[in-house]
Amino acid sequence: MKIMVAIKRVVDYAVKIRVKPDKTGVETNNVKMSMNPFCEIALEEALRIREAGLASEVVAVSMGPAQCVDTLRTGLAMGADRGIHVESTTGLNPLNVAKIFTRLVELEKPGLIFLGKQAIDDDCNQTGQMVAGLLRWPQATFASKVVLDKEKQVATVEREVDGGLETLSLDLPAVITTDLRLNQPRYATLPNIMKAKSKVIKKYTPQELNVDIRSDFEVVQVTEPAKRKAGVIVSSVDELIDKLKNEAHAI
Amino acid sequence: ASTLILAEHENGSIKAQTLSAVVAAKSLSEENSVSLLLAGSGRSLKEAAKHAASCHPSVLIADSDKFEYPIAEPWAKLVQMVQQSGGYSHIVSASSSFGKSILPRAAALLDVSPITDVIEISGSSQFVRPIYAGNALCAVRYTGANPCMLSIRSTSFPVPPSSADSKSNEAPISEVDLSTLDEDYLGKTRYVGHTSQDVERPDLGSARIVVTGGRGLKSAENFKMIEKLAEKLGAAVGATRAAVDAGFVPNDLQVGQTGKIVAPELYLAFGVSGAIQHIAGMRDSKVIVAVNKDADAPIFQVADYGLVGDLFEVIPELTEKLPEKK
Repeated sequence: MKIMVAIKRVVDYAVKIRVKPDKTGVETNNVKMSMNPFCEIALEEALRIREAGLASEVVAVSMGPAQCVDTLRTGLAMGADRGIHVESTTGLNPLNVAKIFTRLVELEKPGLIFLGKQAIDDDCNQTGQMVAGLLRWPQATFASKVVLDKEKQVATVEREVDGGLETLSLDLPAVITTDLRLNQPRYATLPNIMKAKSKVIKKYTPQELNVDIRSDFEVVQVTEPAKRKAGVIVSSVDELIDKLKNEAHAI
Repeated sequence: ASTLILAEHENGSIKAQTLSAVVAAKSLSEENSVSLLLAGSGRSLKEAAKHAASCHPSVLIADSDKFEYPIAEPWAKLVQMVQQSGGYSHIVSASSSFGKSILPRAAALLDVSPITDVIEISGSSQFVRPIYAGNALCAVRYTGANPCMLSIRSTSFPVPPSSADSKSNEAPISEVDLSTLDEDYLGKTRYVGHTSQDVERPDLGSARIVVTGGRGLKSAENFKMIEKLAEKLGAAVGATRAAVDAGFVPNDLQVGQTGKIVAPELYLAFGVSGAIQHIAGMRDSKVIVAVNKDADAPIFQVADYGLVGDLFEVIPELTEKLPEKK
């Protein structure tokens, strides 16, 4: 069985986000870019399944500008077998990404797809559900535990839902989106980084895959949220309790 | 305008976050006919439908054992069917784990792009949503075909206390024709079960008070002090990524950009330096308290009340002196 994993290149989670002065977006020039943390978790899970002998190959897919190849190389250094880069200089919204991904699924025929539950840039939390919908495949979002039964071709997935955990059993092929506590992703080691340089990355364009890129909305403006102003420094626990009780009415 | 709302119900009542979705829908346009779509089976669906009818313009119910559990495949298919017959201009759900799972799938079936986590509505096609974990706000104009699909943050659309229980004008309840629902792919997901994580403590995402510990706690053993304080306040426990990475607590307690985003009434941070990605997860809290021995820690820049001091003295003193939860 082949596993496909979607990987997004985003502004690194530790970078301070700066809104551009002309309010057209967020500054991404000269900013550290990394693999979306939820995609790292998705890839890690796929690698563990392959290492447990339950899958034969892990294919990492990234979409966007030329630099996405760097993010794919990171994925290959973590252990993915090969990469696919769908190059696009125009921005892709989740529906575009889902359509492109669906075409790749038709070509690659994986038995399982992992995606991060959301990207930490646009915070959309849509792509996995859309891929599953377009393919008419079962879906389990926000996975915190995945157990595969290779013989029965079933994935049992524990999901983080509001106020608890839900368990679903899915017939394969299926789409799973990953939440934070599913695993702790590995770091790429130097030998693996070297090895990753010779792994294959296949290139496509959306046009080659017959997907029309369409946008359903326009960005009017991007602004900074209202700043919190620093409050007061209290000198003792008693003063703190007094303020919380009588000024903030929080306790 | 006409709006379809994906309703969530439990024990025969409509959930509060669905009522927030109704509030949001009403702000889309002055003349907006709002319909609530409820699915489920049996008695609890009937009771929920009655509850819905007592406070809303019209109610659609889909009664089938396929909807006994909130499984995305039949639900998304249902939304597609109801949209095809009803031709709504908008479809709205709460940004709950239910809404987040179903809305995008249904949107893909309808070939439109949904808008996630709307916090502000200006007219029927302009919306504000947080991006980069709330570090920026993005105003978007929807230019696509109908329906315009939105998930809304329920904390941004509070329900006025009176609207929930007015018994006048009972709305009509109609049943959705489910004869075309049968497709074999819908049976490929089975519900196994549900467990509540920790019944003693409130859920981190919806707690009124959150007590968070950072690297300053130094060990898993010391972290118990945070738990003890949380217990006394009836609060949820949170942690920073640093505390999780150091192995003090499991990572489901992580508050931050890659963890949980919280906005409680009161947020107490102990030994938290205030990394950008942590602030992103708690900046919308109403009152923030920070205790840290480093007076220059960035957390103090966002705290309403700061106390520079030794955690290992402050936490026990606070635990002793704070009043018991009500």
